[in-house]
Amino acid sequence: MELWFSEFHAPDVKHSIRVNRHLYSQKSDYQQIDIFDTPEFGRVLALDGNVQLTERDEFIYDEMITHVPMAVHPAISDILVIGAGDGGVVKELARYDQVRRIDLVEMDPDVVKACRTYLPENASRLDDSRVHIYYDNALRFIRRCTEQYDLIIVDSTDPFGPSEGYFTREFYGICYNALREDGIMVNQQGSPFYQHDAEAMQRSHKRIVSTFPISRVYQAHIPTYAAGYWLFGFASKKYHPVDDLDTARWLSLNLQTKYYTTKLHVGAFYLPAFLERMLEEVEQSDAAKR
Amino acid sequence: MELEKEETVLDQNRAPIYEALQTFRQMRVVPFDVPGHKRGRGNPELTAFLGERCVGIDVNSMKPLDNLCHPVSVIREAERLAADAFGAAYAFLMVGGTTSSVQSMVLSTCKRGDKIILPRNVHRSVINALVLCGAVPVYVNPEVDRRLGISLGMQREQVARAIAQNPDAVAVLVNNPTYYGVCSDIRAIVQMAHDANMYCLADEAHGTHFYFGTGMPLSAMEAGADMAAVSMHKSGGSLTQSSFLLIGPRVNAGHVRQIINLTQTTSGSYLLMSSLDISRRNLALRGREIFSRVMEMAGYAREEVNAIGGYYAYGSELINGNSIFNFDPIKLSVHTRDIGLAGIEVYDILRDEYDIQIEFGDIGNILAYLSIGDRPQEVERLVSALAEIRRRYQKDSSGLLSQEYIDPVVVTSPQEAFYAKKRSLPLRESVGCVCSEFVMCYPPGIPILAPGEKITKEILDYIEYAKVKGCSMTGPEDPDILRLNVLE
Repeated sequence: MELWFSEFHAPDVKHSIRVNRHLYSQKSDYQQIDIFDTPEFGRVLALDGNVQLTERDEFIYDEMITHVPMAVHPAISDILVIGAGDGGVVKELARYDQVRRIDLVEMDPDVVKACRTYLPENASRLDDSRVHIYYDNALRFIRRCTEQYDLIIVDSTDPFGPSEGYFTREFYGICYNALREDGIMVNQQGSPFYQHDAEAMQRSHKRIVSTFPISRVYQAHIPTYAAGYWLFGFASKKYHPVDDLDTARWLSLNLQTKYYTTKLHVGAFYLPAFLERMLEEVEQSDAAKR
Repeated sequence: MELEKEETVLDQNRAPIYEALQTFRQMRVVPFDVPGHKRGRGNPELTAFLGERCVGIDVNSMKPLDNLCHPVSVIREAERLAADAFGAAYAFLMVGGTTSSVQSMVLSTCKRGDKIILPRNVHRSVINALVLCGAVPVYVNPEVDRRLGISLGMQREQVARAIAQNPDAVAVLVNNPTYYGVCSDIRAIVQMAHDANMYCLADEAHGTHFYFGTGMPLSAMEAGADMAAVSMHKSGGSLTQSSFLLIGPRVNAGHVRQIINLTQTTSGSYLLMSSLDISRRNLALRGREIFSRVMEMAGYAREEVNAIGGYYAYGSELINGNSIFNFDPIKLSVHTRDIGLAGIEVYDILRDEYDIQIEFGDIGNILAYLSIGDRPQEVERLVSALAEIRRRYQKDSSGLLSQEYIDPVVVTSPQEAFYAKKRSLPLRESVGCVCSEFVMCYPPGIPILAPGEKITKEILDYIEYAKVKGCSMTGPEDPDILRLNVLE
C-alpha cells in the first residue's frame, strides 16, 4: 500500500511526500493540525494541509529567521516571537545567553501540545525559564506593548488562513510601536516564485516598507516549502542587515550551525534580478505616494 | 388574499422556497421561458463568474415556485413562516431593498395631503415616498448629543406635542434604531399614535437582530407597531436588496400587497427570495446564539477601542430614558473628533491604508457594522488599525466642525417642491431659496436638505465642509454639487 501526503504549491503544482504513518490529526479551534511520520523528511507538521516544518529541513528556516538579526543587533535581550508554537525558533534563540526574555504568542494551544508530544526535539526549549508562552491573538497582545522588545520574530503560517492578520499594515505598525528605538522585526515573507505567493509577498513588503525606515529581503532554500525557495523580511529602525553585521562578535559566541554562516548572511541579501524588480516596484510606488 | 389562521403548524426548520428550488433543480426542466440565459448556458462568462449553482436557480415565476405578485404556495408559506419568526401578523418578501419596504409602509398609510409625523433624521427612502404620494411631513426635531454631534431618538413629549398639534396626521414613523444605534421609546410612541387613531410605522433597516436577541432593544412588532421595514440583508445575512415588510393585526394585508405591486418588479429574483427564506430559517433556529456572540464581540470591540485612548466607542451608558431610550448593543459607533480627525477621514484611511471597509464615516463618527458574519480576528485587525491611525495621524482637534443638527424649515411639501418649476443656481447664491432636491452624504443617506426646505447659510457651510472632508455627497442633479435646483 502506498500512502502519500500531497500539498498544492500552486493550483497546478503538487508536492508529495510518502507517509509511513499518520501520527496525529486534530481539528483545533483555529485550524486542522496533522503530524505524519515520513521516510524522507522524518516527522512533518502540517496546518490546514500546508507543511509547516519537517524534521529534515526545519534547521534552515529556524536558523535563518533567528541568527540573521542576532548577528546584527549587538545586544538583543527581550524578544517577542509570534506563532512558532512548534518551538523551533525558540530552540535557536535559547542558545544565546544574552537573551533575558522570550515571549511567545501563539493563538492555538493545540499546536504547542501536539508538538511537545510528537516533535519533542523541536519543542525542547519551550520550558526554558526565559520563555513565556501566551495563548492569544498576536494583534491584541502587541497592541498593548510600547518600546519593550529588541527583536520581534513573526513565524506565521501563510497569509491566506488564520495568520492573515499578521501580514497587514496595522500588524507591522503595532510591531514597530512595540520595538525599542533600535529594534528589529524579522518575518517569514513567503515565496516569490508562484504568482499567488509572489503577489502576497509584494503586498506585505509594501506594507513593511511604509512602516520601517530600513526594510530588506533575504532568501533561503527550503525543500518542502513552495518552489523550495523562501524569503524573509528584515525590517529595522536603526541597523542595516549587512552593513551592521558584526561577524567577529557572532563568531566569538561559538555557535554551531548547520545552515547559517556569516558569509551566507551577506549572500542571502543578494537577490535574483526578477525578485529585485518585484521589490523595487512596490518600494517605488510607496516612495511616490510619499 | 386571505389571512385566516391556516391549519398547518408552522415549522421553522422548513424553508419552502429553498426546498422548491432544490426539487426544481433535480427535475432538470427544459426552459422555454425567461430568463434567456437558460441556466447560464447563454452567458458562459457570467456563469464562470457567479457559478453554475447560482445562475441555475435564477429562474422565473412558475407554478411550482409560486409568484411574488400573488403568492399562493411556497412564497406564501415562506411569508407565513417569516411572520411567525418575527412575531408579525404577516410578512412580505421584498426584493427592492428596504427602500421599497419603507415606501410601501408610507404609501399604504398616507395619501396626497395627509400628514405624517416623523423625525428629520429619516432615510431618504421615507422622503422619496412623500414625493411619490404627496403626503406632508411634520418633523419632530430629534435631540442632538452635542459631544458626539449625532441626532438621537424622538422624545416622548415631542411626539405627544406633534400629535396634539396635528390631530389630523395619519401616521407616526420611528427609526428603530437610527444608523448609530439609538432607539426611541417605541412602545410609548405606538401607544400615543394608536390613542390618536394614527398608525405607527417603524424603519427597522438596522434592527433585524432585535427580533432574535436576548438583551436587545424592543422590536417594532413586539411594541405593537403597525408596520416595520426590516433589512434582513443588513444584520440578518440575506443577499443585498432583500428585505421584509412586516405588518401588525390592524393593517389589511391585501391592501399592502396591492401597494407593493404598484412599484415592485413582476420578476422577483429567486436568488433574493431564497436568501430571505434560508436566512429566516437560520435566525429562527439559531439567531439567539448568533447574536449573543455578535453582542459579545461588539462589547469587546468597544472596550478595546476605548482602551486605545482618544476614541470614544459609545454604548449603553448613553441611555437616558427618553431620546436615547435604548442603544443597539451590536453597533460599533466610534466618535473620532478627539484624535483630530473627522470620521470620514478615519473611514478613508482605514480603506486606503489598511484594506478595511467600514460602513460609514461622517463629520465626527465612524460606524463599523458587526453582524452575523464577523469573527474575532477581524475585530482585532480593526482595533489595531484604529490604534495605528491614532499613533500616526493624531492631531489637534480644534477647528474641526462639530456636526450640529440643523433645524429644517419646511416651506412646501416634498412632492410639490419636487415637481414645481425650478431653476438652477450656484450653491452660494441659493441662500434663502426653497430647495427642490435632496442633498445628503451617502452613507448614511439622511438628507441635509430635502425638497421643499429652505436653504440657509448654515446648511451651505455644512455641505461645503462635508465636501472638503471627503464625504461622498449625492442627491442633486449636479453631481459635483456646485449648483442647486430651487423653486422659481
